[in-house]
Amino acid sequence: MSATISIEEASLSYGGEGGLLALADASLSVDRGEFVAVVGPSGCGKSSLLKLVSGLYPALKGRVSVNGEAVTGPLKIVGMAFQNPVMLPWRTTIENVLLPLEVVEPHRGQFRRRRAEYRGWAEALLGTVGLAGFGDKNPWELSGGMQQRASLCRALIHKPDLLLLDEPFAALDAFTREELWGVLQDLWQEHKFTVVLVTHDLREAVYLADRVYVVSSRPGRIIHTRDVSLARPRRLETTFEPGFVELVHELRDHISQARQAAA
Amino acid sequence: MKKLFSKAVLAPWIATIILFVVWEVSVRAFDVEEFILPSPTATFGALIEFWGPIWHNAFQTLFTTVVGFLIAIAFGFVLGVAVGASALLYQALYPLLIGFNSIPKVAVVPILVLWFGIGTVPAIITAFLISFFPIVVNVATGIATLEPELQEVLRSLGARRLDILRKVGIPRAMPYFFASLKIAITLAFVGSVIAETVAANSGIGHLMLQASSSFRVPLVFAGLIVIAFLGIVMYVIAAVIERRFTGWATRGGAAGEYATGG
Ligand SMILES: Nc1ncnc2c1ncn2[C@@H]1O[C@H](COP(=O)(O)OP(=O)(O)OP(=O)(O)O)[C@@H](O)[C@H]1O
Ligand SMILES: [Mg+2]
Repeated sequence: MSATISIEEASLSYGGEGGLLALADASLSVDRGEFVAVVGPSGCGKSSLLKLVSGLYPALKGRVSVNGEAVTGPLKIVGMAFQNPVMLPWRTTIENVLLPLEVVEPHRGQFRRRRAEYRGWAEALLGTVGLAGFGDKNPWELSGGMQQRASLCRALIHKPDLLLLDEPFAALDAFTREELWGVLQDLWQEHKFTVVLVTHDLREAVYLADRVYVVSSRPGRIIHTRDVSLARPRRLETTFEPGFVELVHELRDHISQARQAAA
Repeated sequence: MKKLFSKAVLAPWIATIILFVVWEVSVRAFDVEEFILPSPTATFGALIEFWGPIWHNAFQTLFTTVVGFLIAIAFGFVLGVAVGASALLYQALYPLLIGFNSIPKVAVVPILVLWFGIGTVPAIITAFLISFFPIVVNVATGIATLEPELQEVLRSLGARRLDILRKVGIPRAMPYFFASLKIAITLAFVGSVIAETVAANSGIGHLMLQASSSFRVPLVFAGLIVIAFLGIVMYVIAAVIERRFTGWATRGGAAGEYATGG
């Protein structure tokens, strides 16, 4: 299962009416199982958009709905990962991955009983991201890239319909980042959850997404929408093809226009 | 494991011995009168001579300190969690706490005597009053500085505030909590001894007051040494417990730096 998202003319302001307007009249809609990326200048309200979708922050006006229902509070099922992997240092890696199952319904009530089964899930997931055998290590014994892989596992362990990613690969070196694009694409193709990925990296957006939204400088508005119809699975070679490079250039133009408009 | 005679093990002993040697030599060289500054030998002489009463009174002080400290742990932890978890409580209580902590506890002892009479109770309460504050501040800091990303991850899974507190907030605050215990235990000694010098008929503070009023200055210094020794022992116990429970916070060697209010 996966989720549909629809945002209609939504605004978000920190500090209410007259506060700091982060998003203005943003509209987008994401289909079940789609992978969309959001790009835009720094501080334009991309993270705020994710807070809107997850229900962590209410819209000032406009409509936000997921699976056809208006979002009024935290959605309770969403998987999230950030630039900072924020692992809990007093838990081992696998215990970190299991954390959502201790919290989310219906697993929280069954956690004790099904512990062995859940550990199996976590180990399998760690295996798919290349961390087989690292579950019992402490997170601080893992490299930054390995922690980010574990944080992806934590975001997916409870089989969420909706995955929200806020620059998850931004702090990694280019090789690890590109490798994890592949890992994420494989996981997504296998489980078909809906993904919203916020990123600064236009190649990353084009590599992963079915559609890319370009957001203007703050207050963020969606100034451009671009479908990416490159064949799947995309591979690293794809990024050198003319079609790919052209798309990246096109998006770059839109962003620099957005930044100039702000300056 | 440290080696038995590594530098790290020997250094504090050598520093202590140097302190005593300098002290002894200075007293002899400048011919200081014993009722102004007794030499270490005179002090240890008094320690041996009055071993019975010293031991008896030290035990009393240790007792009041530990009881006051335990109350401070329970109270400080609960208040720290509450203040750290609720922004409203934080805003409401923080000025009060700061104001309260600024009051010299010596000034409170006469009031306690008025309420509870002379004896063990004012000493316990003073030890408690002086030592709970760093525990509250540290536990609150540990909980309030929770990474926002982590809160978002958990809230987007439908976690209630209590879940977040239990799964993340409190475990995360533990290193701050244990760091504060090391400060709080030494403060609790200060509190006990202050109260004993004003309002008690036993305890090391009381013993020192009596000794100084009869000009037995070496005995006063013997009392100081005993308090310092007990303080070190309690600190070490707190430090060992800390390492045992929150070894993860030091990440294999690099000592974690934690805020230590007080
Ligand atoms: N919790 C908050 N309280 C008040 N203002 C905030 C808060 N979070 C973000 N803002 C402000 O809202 C605006 C948009 O922030 P947001 O984090 O959504 O930007 P972003 O596009 O994710 O930026 P970046 O690419 O640098 O991560 C910024 O001007 C920021 O200062
Ligand atoms: Mg952001």
